[in-house]
Amino acid sequence: MALAELRDVWKTYQMGDTLLHALKAVNFTFEQGEMVALMGPSGAGKSTFLNLVGCLDTPTRGHYILGGRDISTLNDNQLSEIRATQIGFIFQSYNLIPQLNLIENIEIPLYYQGVSERESYERAVALAERVGLGHRLTHVPTELSGGERQRVGIARALASSPLIVLADEPTGNLDTKTGQQILDLLHELNEDGVTMLVVTHDSRIASSAQRVVQLVDGELTAWDASAEPWGTPT
Amino acid sequence: MIGFQIKRTLRAGIKSLWLHRLRSGLTMMGITFGVCSVIAMLAIGTGASQEALAQIEKLGSLNIIIQSVPPPEGQQADEETSRIREYGLTHQDAARIQDTIPGVVMSVPTRRVRQTVTHNAHRMDTDLVGTVPKYREINNITVLRGRFIEAMHLEKRAAVCVLGRNAAETLFPLGGAVGSYILRGEQRFRVVGIVTSFARGELSGKKLIGDPNSEIYIPLTTMNLFYGETTVFGSSGTRTFEKVQLHGLTIQVASLDDVRRVETVITALLKNSHDKEDYQIIVPLHLLVQARRTKRIFSIVLGSIAAISLLVGGIGIMNITLATVMERTREIGIRRAMGAKRRHIIFQFLTETVLLALVGGSLGIVLGILVPYLVEKFAGMKTIVTLWSLLLAFGISAAIGILFGLYPAYRAANMDPIEALRHE
Repeated sequence: MALAELRDVWKTYQMGDTLLHALKAVNFTFEQGEMVALMGPSGAGKSTFLNLVGCLDTPTRGHYILGGRDISTLNDNQLSEIRATQIGFIFQSYNLIPQLNLIENIEIPLYYQGVSERESYERAVALAERVGLGHRLTHVPTELSGGERQRVGIARALASSPLIVLADEPTGNLDTKTGQQILDLLHELNEDGVTMLVVTHDSRIASSAQRVVQLVDGELTAWDASAEPWGTPT
Repeated sequence: MIGFQIKRTLRAGIKSLWLHRLRSGLTMMGITFGVCSVIAMLAIGTGASQEALAQIEKLGSLNIIIQSVPPPEGQQADEETSRIREYGLTHQDAARIQDTIPGVVMSVPTRRVRQTVTHNAHRMDTDLVGTVPKYREINNITVLRGRFIEAMHLEKRAAVCVLGRNAAETLFPLGGAVGSYILRGEQRFRVVGIVTSFARGELSGKKLIGDPNSEIYIPLTTMNLFYGETTVFGSSGTRTFEKVQLHGLTIQVASLDDVRRVETVITALLKNSHDKEDYQIIVPLHLLVQARRTKRIFSIVLGSIAAISLLVGGIGIMNITLATVMERTREIGIRRAMGAKRRHIIFQFLTETVLLALVGGSLGIVLGILVPYLVEKFAGMKTIVTLWSLLLAFGISAAIGILFGLYPAYRAANMDPIEALRHE
């Protein structure tokens, strides 16, 4: 059975007098354990797509079924609960909370899940070790390098044992070498069974994903490298 | 249901307040000073009025005090022809009040003569007060040494006197007053006692004559014998003399219910027998009622002024929290993406404002106890810090924390998480 499914999803914004269709009749299915790369030019609706899949937003029309539940009709509270338990976010700019240390950052989703203090600490330490930061537990984000920060971001995304991890340009702010290390880590996690959607400009990520899709003008299609209209990524 | 885990939320709140120590401290000060001024103002207000109340109560709520006062100039009928101004209560008034008004338990007349008295080289200008033994009872006089004037002295027209504490100290700086003699001209008075009382001072604009601690008391009959039935005095250089029979009459009634009735009768009686207003009636009970009302108004006004400064403090909290919310927009977005519900965000910011208000409020309570103490010590004003004012101040600061935190917290919680995440 599909892990998540988008059925004829539309997202429309009212911009003055005109209607802007950010997503047009998108159909998509995530299978358990797969890694999907999403590519596309800026403004094509990638962020909208990500926000929908991440339950930060609901479709204007159509259905989004996650873990057997139609989230299109849920209210803010219910969406929050789903984000706390079933979604993991990885951001391009890491988005760590500056006044919290490494462990406390990883613990955030567990706190909102209501996991006890002791258990969440143990889980956070285990995750820090898994991403290779077991020796820097009490460091605050400003004391970490970019690569390390992204590792914290990844550990945090995994903390809630989500159904699906959403990564928005996870290597976008990193140099090639560090980017590659992060990519390797993502692959490792995927091999351990984590379902992932990676939004990227990076063709290396795309080529290593099981499936590549592209969004152009709000329409989702299978990746066609030859028809790449926005040129080779930098 | 996802719990709030108070302990962790508190710790996180303290942490982020500590991160901006200066800002938090300054914000807190608004509340601290507000709470402090509420407590201090109430303490000073309560103290001041308590003092007035105590003074009135000491005058005796069962008493009615009548004093002789010079009549207003215009009412002087024979002013042009006479150099003697005759006014005031008469012995006849005293007798009438005592004998004809039911409910009067005692009436104590006093006469005063300004005199210079000496003991060896020590001299003093003071009032000789002629009165009766009951004066002690009705005026709350405390006997320090010896005894007060007694019925026997009155009967024998004895040349004895009782010294007020200050008078005794002036005339007998080395002590040993009781049993010794003081001189008034050629006349010797044997000292039989030393007494003290509270200062009378001024009550609601009506000046009470005399300072009981500097006066010298002699039997009324003795005074009549030595100085005649009336007191005539004039200052040298002027040609007017004043002639007064009795300077004061204090009346005590049986119960509180009698006060108003007896007062009415006395007023009518005196109005009949005096053609000018050369007397003044002071009813401590009325003053008491009035003073209680004044006290309440005083407390309310002072409290409100202080409350305004608390309000300013609260607005300070709101202001800073609004700025903090703006500054932490991204954090709010991150937390929302990680599954924080709106109420989690509200709770997070409320925790911080309540912490600020409570810590500020607690400091304010400490200061609020300290300030009245200092006022009492250095300004000599009586202050009373009441428990309820502390509780009130603490309650208000907690309420301010919630009230003024609510709006910023609500704004934080209602941000669109997507917009918040995009915020730079």
